[in-house]
Amino acid sequence: MTTYYTSEHEWISVEGDVGTVGITKFAAEKLGDVVFVELPDAGKKVKKEGDMAVVESVKAASDVYAPVSGDVVEANGSIVDDPATVNADPEGGGWFVKIKLSNAGELSGLMDKAAYDKFCAEQ
Amino acid sequence: MSEPSNTPLKMTPLHALHVKLGGRMVEFGGYDMPIQYPEGIMTEHNWTRTHAGLFDVSHMGPSFLALPQLGGGDEAHRKVAAIVEKLVPSDIAGLTPGKVQLTVLLNEDGGIIDDLMIGRPADPAMQGALYIVVNAGTKDNDFALIQKTAGTEATLRRADDRALIALQGPEAEAVVTGIIPEAVPLTFMHFIEVAHKEFGRIVVTRCGYTGEDGFEILVPTEHGAAFAERLLADARVKPIGLGARDSLRLEGGMCLYGHDIDTTKTPVSAALSWMISKPRRERGDFPGAQRILGELKNGVPSKRVGIKPAGRAPAREGAEIQSADGQVIGVVTSGGFGPTVNGPVAQGYVDTSYAKIGTPVKLIVRGKALEAEIAAMPFVPAKYKR
Repeated sequence: MTTYYTSEHEWISVEGDVGTVGITKFAAEKLGDVVFVELPDAGKKVKKEGDMAVVESVKAASDVYAPVSGDVVEANGSIVDDPATVNADPEGGGWFVKIKLSNAGELSGLMDKAAYDKFCAEQ
Repeated sequence: MSEPSNTPLKMTPLHALHVKLGGRMVEFGGYDMPIQYPEGIMTEHNWTRTHAGLFDVSHMGPSFLALPQLGGGDEAHRKVAAIVEKLVPSDIAGLTPGKVQLTVLLNEDGGIIDDLMIGRPADPAMQGALYIVVNAGTKDNDFALIQKTAGTEATLRRADDRALIALQGPEAEAVVTGIIPEAVPLTFMHFIEVAHKEFGRIVVTRCGYTGEDGFEILVPTEHGAAFAERLLADARVKPIGLGARDSLRLEGGMCLYGHDIDTTKTPVSAALSWMISKPRRERGDFPGAQRILGELKNGVPSKRVGIKPAGRAPAREGAEIQSADGQVIGVVTSGGFGPTVNGPVAQGYVDTSYAKIGTPVKLIVRGKALEAEIAAMPFVPAKYKR
C-alpha cells in the first residue's frame, strides 16, 4: 500500500486499483472543527482535480478535490454521522471515499510523503 | 471593510498576548485579530456557555461625547441626549443614570448606518456626557457623523486606543466581581466607571454579544494586557476568538452590521422596532421618521427572520431562500454552525408573507434545495442578569 499526496492537501492510499482518499492532518488543522461533510454517492465518476466532496468548518465551506480519476466505490458514512472524526483521525478513520482508479498513471504526478512534508513546510 | 494591501493592520493592546497564546491571526475591521486559539472554535464556543470566555473587542469604537461643562444634572443630560437623538430613534433623554441602550444610527432614508450602545453615566458629576460604543468597521465614519452633529455644543473623545475586554458566561460574574467588587450591583444593560487601584480608570458595562451574562470592560491602554492576563490566570477563563464570537452571536439571534443590517435596512425591516421608543414615535423627530412610521403602520415588504436548516448542512450568507413551491422569497444574511444547538443556524430576510415562525422554506446551497423553516430567535435562550 502506497500513499500519495496532492498540493490541495488530499491523501490517497492505493492497494491494487482502489485508493482510499482523505484530507491530510495539515489540512484538517487549518480547517478547524469540521461540522459537516458532503460525500459523493457510490457509483459517481470523479475526475482528477475535479470536485469530489465538501467539508465545512464552523466558519466556512471548503471543496475537496479528487486526487485521481475513477469511480467512487464507497463513501465513509461515519464522518457524515460524526464530522469530528475528520479532526481526530484525518489520515485514518477520517477517510472520505474509496475510488476505483481508471488511470493508475495519474499517481506518478502526485507527491510522496517526503515531498509533501517539504511542500507543507513551505506554505 | 478591508484595508488596501500596503496599509499595515492595526493592533489592539492585547496583540502580543494573542500571538503568545497561539492565536490564529486574521484581518478584521482593519485590525490583526485572533479568529481562534489552538483549542478551536467549538471548544471556545462551548466554554463560553459553561464557564467564562474572554474576548478582545478593542477593535471596536468606544468613545465619550461630552458637553463643555459636566455635572449639570438632568438638564445637562437632556442637552447631550438631544444631540444624539438627532441620529437615533431611541429615547436617550429618558435613560436613567447608569443605563445603556442598544440603538441604531439612521440616515435620512431611515437606513441603518450602524448599531451602537449609548450609556448615561451613573455619576452625578458626569451628567452631560454619554458613553458611546460603535462597531469597528464603521467607527471612523460614525465618530465623524456624531461630532458633525454635535457641532460646537459637545466634543466626541475617541477611546478606541484603550483595551475593551469582554468576559461572557455563567462564571463571568464571579470572576469579574472578584477583581472589581463595584460591579456586584450591576444588572444587564447598566454600567459604572471605577477608579481601580490596579488597572486605573475603567468602565464596566454588564452587556455582551453572546446571550450569556457578562461584562464589557474598558481599560486604559497601558493596563489592557495586564488586565486580560489577570482574568486568564483564573482557571474559569479561556481566551475566545472571533470565530466563536460569531457562532455565539448567531445562536443569540444578534445582528452583525454589514451583513444582517446595513443602510438598505430600516429598524422595522430588521425586526428592531423595539428600538424606536414610544415618545420618539409620537414626535417623529428622527432621520427617516416619515418612512419608518409608515412602515410601522403599514408593514414592510421583507423582514429579518431566524432560519433553521433541517439537516446538518449550514447555509451561509448569500444563499437564496425559496418558498416551499420554489419561488425566490429572500436571502440568507448570516449563517453557520451553532455548537450549542448542535446544528446549523441562520438569519436572513424573507418576503413578509413567509415570515411566520414555522413556515417551511428552501435554502439553495451548492445548487441543491435544502429544507428549512423560519425559526424564533434566539436559538439559545438568553441568560441575562436583570
